[in-house]
Amino acid sequence: MSRIKACFDRLKQHDRTALIPYIMAGDPGPAVTVPLMHAMVEAGANLIELGVPFSDPMADGPVIQAASERALEHHIGIRTVIDMVRSFRERDSETPVILMGYLNPVEVMGYADFASTAAEAGVDGILTVDIPPEESHDLILALRNQQLDPIYLIAPTSTEDRIQSICANASGFVYYVSLKGVTGAANLQVQSVEDKINEIRAYTDLPLGVGFGISDAERAAQVSQCADAVVVGSAIIKRMAANIGDQASMTKEVTALLRSMREAMDA
Amino acid sequence: MSKASELNGATANFNDMPDAQGHFGVYGGMFVAETLMAPLLELRQAYEQYKDDSEFLAELDYDLTHFVGRPSPLYFAKSWTEKLGGARVYLKREDLNHTGAHKINNTVGQALLAKRMGKKRVIAETGAGQHGVATATIAARLNMDCVVYMGSEDIKRQAINVYRMRLLGAEVVPVESGSKTLKDALNEAMRDWVTNVDDTFYIIGTVAGPHPYPAMVRDFQAIIGRETREQIMDMEGRLPDALVACVGGGSNAIGLFHPFLEDRDVAIYGVEAAGDGLDSGRHAAPLCAGEPGVLHGNRTYLMEDHDGQITETHSISAGLDYPGVGPEHSWLKDIGRANYVAVTDDEALQAFHDVTRTEGIMPALESSHALAYTAKLAPSMDRDQIIVVNLSGRGDKDIHTVATLEGISV
Repeated sequence: MSRIKACFDRLKQHDRTALIPYIMAGDPGPAVTVPLMHAMVEAGANLIELGVPFSDPMADGPVIQAASERALEHHIGIRTVIDMVRSFRERDSETPVILMGYLNPVEVMGYADFASTAAEAGVDGILTVDIPPEESHDLILALRNQQLDPIYLIAPTSTEDRIQSICANASGFVYYVSLKGVTGAANLQVQSVEDKINEIRAYTDLPLGVGFGISDAERAAQVSQCADAVVVGSAIIKRMAANIGDQASMTKEVTALLRSMREAMDA
Repeated sequence: MSKASELNGATANFNDMPDAQGHFGVYGGMFVAETLMAPLLELRQAYEQYKDDSEFLAELDYDLTHFVGRPSPLYFAKSWTEKLGGARVYLKREDLNHTGAHKINNTVGQALLAKRMGKKRVIAETGAGQHGVATATIAARLNMDCVVYMGSEDIKRQAINVYRMRLLGAEVVPVESGSKTLKDALNEAMRDWVTNVDDTFYIIGTVAGPHPYPAMVRDFQAIIGRETREQIMDMEGRLPDALVACVGGGSNAIGLFHPFLEDRDVAIYGVEAAGDGLDSGRHAAPLCAGEPGVLHGNRTYLMEDHDGQITETHSISAGLDYPGVGPEHSWLKDIGRANYVAVTDDEALQAFHDVTRTEGIMPALESSHALAYTAKLAPSMDRDQIIVVNLSGRGDKDIHTVATLEGISV
């Protein structure tokens, strides 16, 4: 069984919602990433989304764009990100890790080479923001050959037809983008998220995660009422950006945020 | 992934491209975040509906005639032809269009489509500012809100065009991310669109981006090639031997080339920006020196490093300073129907001066790349052969750049 499925099964038994933090690999420097991943797991993270830096992050707001630029100053490429997961696996064989990024680094590495290298290092899934199911045929084949889960986005603008075809291609979990906009935006409306989540459930038994715009414990708790997973990214990266150069206080602030979310979600 | 080169250019049916999903061979497609799929499919449907609609076409035709000033002349460059001492050189005078470049052909078309789709707000990206000005111009006329994204580096290089857009009522938003040039302006426009999908129409200025943009922009620009066919038949009684156009994203080039693709005796040359030279690494020539990849919604040749990061480009001309290129050009390169070459900043500048002095026509620095290649090509051809060059825009906007290079302050 995949780590992602095992993780969601475990949580379901205890009626808990998964907390999925997102950080950018190599931000603000390469030494920060793996220790922070472990610290986030200790603070209550159930899965980790690891951003792959890209020069042109079209779907991201200013906070994650800046994180990508900081990582690229250290020349963090996709192979280095995979190495970080390999290093994380030395101490954690259970927490699923999902790479999140854009297609071009995967395209340049080659689908087959990427899938085998990532699977061997202990990556569990990949969310490629800019490849809809229509263009995914070859990529999905390569991922499935290595038991990697292709994670797909569903958006507020997705029609029923599209929801159906996305769910048919997805595995691991399905990621609902909670608002029209980029990551870290401020216009999240909980009621409309709940309506859409219920609509999506008609088409899949996969766990449903919700992300984009979840900035604090209160929102995490609200969204966890209807979702199987809550993804938080920009709110973490803001705290990291405010503590560049002081790794101890960076870790402290990030884990404090995750603990507050975890507590609110479990309450 | 199969290679497009498996296709034989000799049997390709150019009018059937792209396929329903926007593919030109392995290039093109729709590589965007899910939020944009619905508006793109809506746009595809609207475009399919209106592109053959007689009322829509009549309105477009009226505007192209009375607002843009079409047809643009095909001009025999007699003095320059004599100086070059080879093929007869004709210039397709897109510089004489309203707003001074070919860009307006496309913005008028897309804005009329936006109006029919009930969109009240248009957004655009711009590099040199010509597409931004053309968008602001039609938005003013149709009373639409207009926001133009422009890299802060380009804003410095093209201050006059920025002021022109503001005079027309557009909001010009400086983009500070990445390399602060055209590609980053495109990223920012995409972010705006994803946030405001309900009421906003994104007017992309070139034949790149996700389907249906490469096909739609090509169709709106193909008037250049259709007119050229008629005009050269009138003037010379036959088709030209060669076509030459500059290629950044490639919209003026595909506009000239497309109506001639089936005419296999017509040689086609797309001219990219070699900047300081292809070996210097400081250039903007993805077809000549790049690799295929995925950026801005389509698969195409790109300037990228071994990690798949998009690399910074350089060209004296802001309009060619882009790391990608329209997917149809990538396909035409692979099947061998078009030749893609590159000329340096210095060669383009030389052509700028030569044509200004010889013909009394001041070309844009973008178009000067096409002229610079023509200066190499014409002498190698016979005197009874014909070259048509797309003079895609006028050079007024570049006077400051040229003067600065010569140490003159204007």
